[in-house]
Amino acid sequence: MPDTHAQSKAAARRQKSAEPDDLISVLGPDNRKDAPTDLSPDELTKIYAMMVENRLVDERMITLQRQGRIGFYIGSVGEEAAILGAALALRPQDWFFPCYRENGVALMRGLSLRNYFDNMVGNGEDPVKGRQMPNHIAWRPANYASVSSPIGTQYTQAMGAAWAAKLKGDDVVAMSFIGEGGTSSNEFHVAMNFAAVMKAPVVFMCRNNQWAISTPLSRQTASETFAVKAMAYGMPGIRVDGNDLLAVHRVAKEACLRARNGEGPTFIEAVTYRVLGHSTSDDPKVYRPDEEVEPWRKKDPIERMRIYLDARGLWDAKQEKKLREDLDVRIRETFAAAEAAQGPTIESMFEEVYARPFWNLDEQRAEAESFGTAPKH
Amino acid sequence: MPTMNIIQAVNDALRIEMKRDPRVVILGEDVGKFGGVFRATAGLFEEFGDKRVIDTPLAEGGIIGAAIGMALYGLRPVPEIQFSDFIFPAFDQIVNELAKYRYRSGGQYPAPVVIRTPVGGGIKGGHYHSQSPESLFIHTAGLVVVCPSNPIDAKGLLLSAIRGEDPVLFMEPKRVYRAAKGDVPEGDYTIPIGKAKIVREGDQVTVIAWGAMLHEAMEACEQAAAQGLRPELIDLRTLWPVDIDALVTSVKKTGRCVIVHEAPRTCGFGGELSSLIQERCFVHLEAPIRRVTGWDTPFPYTLENEYLPRAPRILKAMQETTAYEA
Ligand SMILES: Cc1ncc(C[n+]2csc(CCOP(=O)(O)OP(=O)(O)O)c2C)c(N)n1
Repeated sequence: MPDTHAQSKAAARRQKSAEPDDLISVLGPDNRKDAPTDLSPDELTKIYAMMVENRLVDERMITLQRQGRIGFYIGSVGEEAAILGAALALRPQDWFFPCYRENGVALMRGLSLRNYFDNMVGNGEDPVKGRQMPNHIAWRPANYASVSSPIGTQYTQAMGAAWAAKLKGDDVVAMSFIGEGGTSSNEFHVAMNFAAVMKAPVVFMCRNNQWAISTPLSRQTASETFAVKAMAYGMPGIRVDGNDLLAVHRVAKEACLRARNGEGPTFIEAVTYRVLGHSTSDDPKVYRPDEEVEPWRKKDPIERMRIYLDARGLWDAKQEKKLREDLDVRIRETFAAAEAAQGPTIESMFEEVYARPFWNLDEQRAEAESFGTAPKH
Repeated sequence: MPTMNIIQAVNDALRIEMKRDPRVVILGEDVGKFGGVFRATAGLFEEFGDKRVIDTPLAEGGIIGAAIGMALYGLRPVPEIQFSDFIFPAFDQIVNELAKYRYRSGGQYPAPVVIRTPVGGGIKGGHYHSQSPESLFIHTAGLVVVCPSNPIDAKGLLLSAIRGEDPVLFMEPKRVYRAAKGDVPEGDYTIPIGKAKIVREGDQVTVIAWGAMLHEAMEACEQAAAQGLRPELIDLRTLWPVDIDALVTSVKKTGRCVIVHEAPRTCGFGGELSSLIQERCFVHLEAPIRRVTGWDTPFPYTLENEYLPRAPRILKAMQETTAYEA
């Protein structure tokens, strides 16, 4: 694709000239209406609606967790632009290796809300069969790999998948996410190094939300930025305003084009902020002052997009109201259906440990079934 | 005596030892200002400062590698691994380095590191927040492995561990972190490593358990007693070196044995215990030794109560074992 190639060359030039400590922004602080983007009005309103859906789902799940109706939740409030903006640059054949806050990408790539909620309650219809905690989904129809808690593992795997695509000559890119805390892990280093050496077509996204549970980014790195690390591995390191969907989308798209043109991996640090606790398991007031959070609430990525769309005449208060009302109903009804579904069978616990159960699992399944469902604690 | 739970008892032990021994340092993810995700190190950062209670970058290999270096240099590091499921990035440092340092240096370099880590399921944690990896470490020559079931033992064993000369994996049963309460003696005391405790005396069947499963076994023993059985319940407390005398004495008395653990059955510690016992008690055994364990599957989320060896399964094994006639 010649035009792709030209675009990619231009992207590479831009990326060469960008210093890793430059912060790339498109919307700018005023979310100006003439901000350049190659997203069509239709694409813009669609992605905006996805962001709002992501937010409302997160808020609802947090409430349900407090009510004891789901066991756990980890969301992406305030990080929607960094996540969805990047994944918007992918095509259906591309692969996605999530950290644990990118569930919105699965929804964007076709996972039904119902199946997402099935995973929240861990019922028998959950795509991962009630075997994993909420938010730990896998969705093969969208090349969405399995969420794993152990930090960093997905980065290396994304590199491997991208490398495989390259070996097979397929026009496929892999994208992976990690938190800035994850850049301290062994896996981060290995993935970056392999990817650059092998010129794997992979886009490494880093959500620099500035906190790893209670640990601030100053405890993860002494570098000026995370993006600067990429240079040492031999790949471009881009630093982008992670609350600016247009900017994230642009740099991710450029990185995808580079990858597709055989120019190897790119590392993108999306500077954003974790406005809530790490998950439903912690109270951030214990370890960080509220004053630090306030300015970031004002930079809410959804609000910034809404202002931009409004200024361009693509969105108004009426549409906003309708979107939120419709989503609210859809979320409630869909969750109620998931909650009413049957749990996984005891038999299912023993399946898929291997391609076929071995004798020990057959024996143990019979034993487990003889006890039936255990009393809850 | 103040009533404490296991978290408070661990915290108390750490405070006592940090006051007593300036070489003790704590390092790990979120252990400082936050006081640990389970709050086991709460208040220590404020009391002892950031040179002794250290928030590290997110890298378990780094935490344990650093702790080894600190120990070689003369400190007494007590690193925390946030969940034992996340110990594996440090597996190489623990198995190839920490465990073997004394031996491979011809005794020149002991490495007294005490790794604290929450273990076990029953908290809706799925397979990344529920595993019980003890047998991987018991299998590793050079490591002491401890797992208390209650706050009194937790405090005394942790103090012994930090004062010992060997590296220790100190496993904390997170399911009963808050639920297991007890009157914990104030101030300094130790409980020896390598000594099991007979929790309930009986002469009909020996039940062996530790950690959170001790509580399930206790429940099963109570139900069994109500049915007229006379079980003897042993809390191992230290998994390695296991208190072989306590086990042999008990099984010679009862002739029957049920071993309980939540880790998967295959190559679980129960298999080793069973061998140790039958090698020493063969002629005294009146029934095959039974294991009641987690299944040979990854730890599931929704069905965790069906996975764990809960009291009904333990009770049934006790009944069958006592009814067994060759
Ligand atoms: C190997 C490993 N160690 C520890 C943990 C526990 N843990 C879960 S999330 C987290 C912090 C991650 O922070 P970061 O990478 O910045 O991502 P964020 O949650 O901020 O998006 C930690 C320490 C883990 N999941 N895996």
